[in-house]
Amino acid sequence: MIEQLPVLVIVIPLMAAPLFVLIGNRKLVLLLTQLVCWTVFGITVSLLSRMQYGPISYELGGWPSPYGIVYNVDYLSAFVMLFVSGLGAIVITYAPKSVEREVHHSKHSLFYASYLLCMTGLLGMCITGDLFNVFVFLEISSLSSYALISLGKTRRAPLAALHYLIIGTVGATFFLIGIGLLYQMTGTLNMADIASRLQAVESSRTMLVAFAFMTVGLFIKMAVFPLHTWLPNAYTYAPSVVTCFIAATATKVSVYAFIRLIYVIFTPQFAFERLPLDSALMAFSLVGIFVASVAAIYQTNIKRLLAYSSVAQIGYMLLGISMSNVGGLTAGITHMFNHALIKGGLFMVVGCFALRIGSLKLEDLRGAGKTMPLTSFAWVVGGLGLIGVPMTAGFVSKWLLLTSALSLELWPVAVLMLLSSLLAVVYIWRVVEILYFSPASHLAKTAKEAPMAMLIPTYIVIGSTIVFGCWTVYSAGIAHAAAESLLGITQMGGVQ
Amino acid sequence: MTDFLGLYNYWIVIFLMMTGFYIVIARENLIKTIIGLNIFQTSVFLLYITMGKVTNGTAPILKGSHSGESHGAEGHGAESHGAEHGQELHSAAEGHLDSGVEAVTEIYSNPIPSVLMLTAIVVGIATTALALALVVRIREEYGTIEEDEILEMDRNS
Repeated sequence: MIEQLPVLVIVIPLMAAPLFVLIGNRKLVLLLTQLVCWTVFGITVSLLSRMQYGPISYELGGWPSPYGIVYNVDYLSAFVMLFVSGLGAIVITYAPKSVEREVHHSKHSLFYASYLLCMTGLLGMCITGDLFNVFVFLEISSLSSYALISLGKTRRAPLAALHYLIIGTVGATFFLIGIGLLYQMTGTLNMADIASRLQAVESSRTMLVAFAFMTVGLFIKMAVFPLHTWLPNAYTYAPSVVTCFIAATATKVSVYAFIRLIYVIFTPQFAFERLPLDSALMAFSLVGIFVASVAAIYQTNIKRLLAYSSVAQIGYMLLGISMSNVGGLTAGITHMFNHALIKGGLFMVVGCFALRIGSLKLEDLRGAGKTMPLTSFAWVVGGLGLIGVPMTAGFVSKWLLLTSALSLELWPVAVLMLLSSLLAVVYIWRVVEILYFSPASHLAKTAKEAPMAMLIPTYIVIGSTIVFGCWTVYSAGIAHAAAESLLGITQMGGVQ
Repeated sequence: MTDFLGLYNYWIVIFLMMTGFYIVIARENLIKTIIGLNIFQTSVFLLYITMGKVTNGTAPILKGSHSGESHGAEGHGAESHGAEHGQELHSAAEGHLDSGVEAVTEIYSNPIPSVLMLTAIVVGIATTALALALVVRIREEYGTIEEDEILEMDRNS
């Protein structure tokens, strides 16, 4: 049983989803979905705790490694799976009341089934060691997230979902073209096998084209600055619960796939020395951080404000990756985790406002600090984390990023990072001011505090941003181990 | 010139890819956009199938080694039959060896890209079905599937 854990992470939610469609009873399906999510979370915890004995490689169906599909669990994949399944579980615990209000009753069991499929896809992208499998899981998670987004209440939701579908499919197809070209040159789909055969063909133009296609495909999925146009609408018009889950996890898993692509399949030497991807990444990240942060300041819808801030935060993760040393990579991976918590938590706060006030326009939220004090306070704490105030999770990752930028003597980058944090202060403060220091709008006056069933999960996530701001053994510590093993692998590859 | 014509299937792939991509970017009609997306995906199917094809290769079905095994069994039977046919046996064994080599060197196409594309086609169908379902809902809400008209209505509301 223990050695089957890697495959159970995928099989349990994958099998549960069609079963739940057949069951159809929404109360039962909700309970079972929560059970499945927490089970998967338990499995990922036990996988991560096993990492001290070395990485796990699981061969599906007993087919040996280059021929069959392998699932690889190492520090990085276990860590990403842990927070994906953890946030998946806590968001689904928070979900019932919000889903009740925002999704039509007849669609509840389908909603929960799609939610599980989306989680399956994201976990699968983390665990699989087979490149084509990454594409399949990417499409599983994307297709279910298109369906989930289209369930939003407003009539703009299906259009936002269709836009995301078109751009997302183009991105996934780019990734598929890249896989095809890689297969053409190496004759294998196993990531480790490709890496070992790559040196012989590394200098060919096909390799460059393959790398370019895969990078651009993943950039679309990550919503890196010039390719982010699908994200604000998709996040704004999706049901609150879907936004919580997708904003917290989906883009991070694509960042994870990108890290795998650069550090495991290709080498950093190939990506950063033969190609100037590091300076390009740095430029895109910094421009993205500034443009998206400024755009966030001018938004009038709180969800859209956070969506633009997500685009900016992806920039910080890529900034860390582009430094390609242990410090920068650690910062990038830590920020994936911390931002998942912070943004997940903030969107959960927004979900509470959506439930009680019924509008997400900033003008309707005026004065909600008096009638919904607990929810508003959660916004303040989460917002401090997003800015990166000391003692919060956001500070840890920004500090790591700053020290590693300084160690590389990238002074302009360090200065720009600090300036961009000031922009975050502006858009977070704007909401705080509206919540606490404005005359109440008529919607906010009559609003009640959000129900405990939603506040408790929200406070668990928001509280954990404080915990991981003070105690970093299990966030930055694991990220450091993951970064070292990634760079260690590539160093060994260099020696061979 | 022969290089140019010899790679004609790649030119078809590139032509289809760019056609599909252009339609996705340029068309305002949502159904046409989806058709463009389909053409774009189809070009990738062709790319994979092209790379799996081996010149003069047959379908990848294991038949050579199988018949080789049964021949081997016959050979054993002949050996037990009698020692006086030693010379004959030797030549027969040589014959079997030849057929064995023939079975191994039989050229067949690489099946893996085709198998991968079966999966990708399924993904493509799912994507198209979902996209069409979304278009139906958009049409129910807005009464049109022209993107510029929809955006116009959103701006005015």
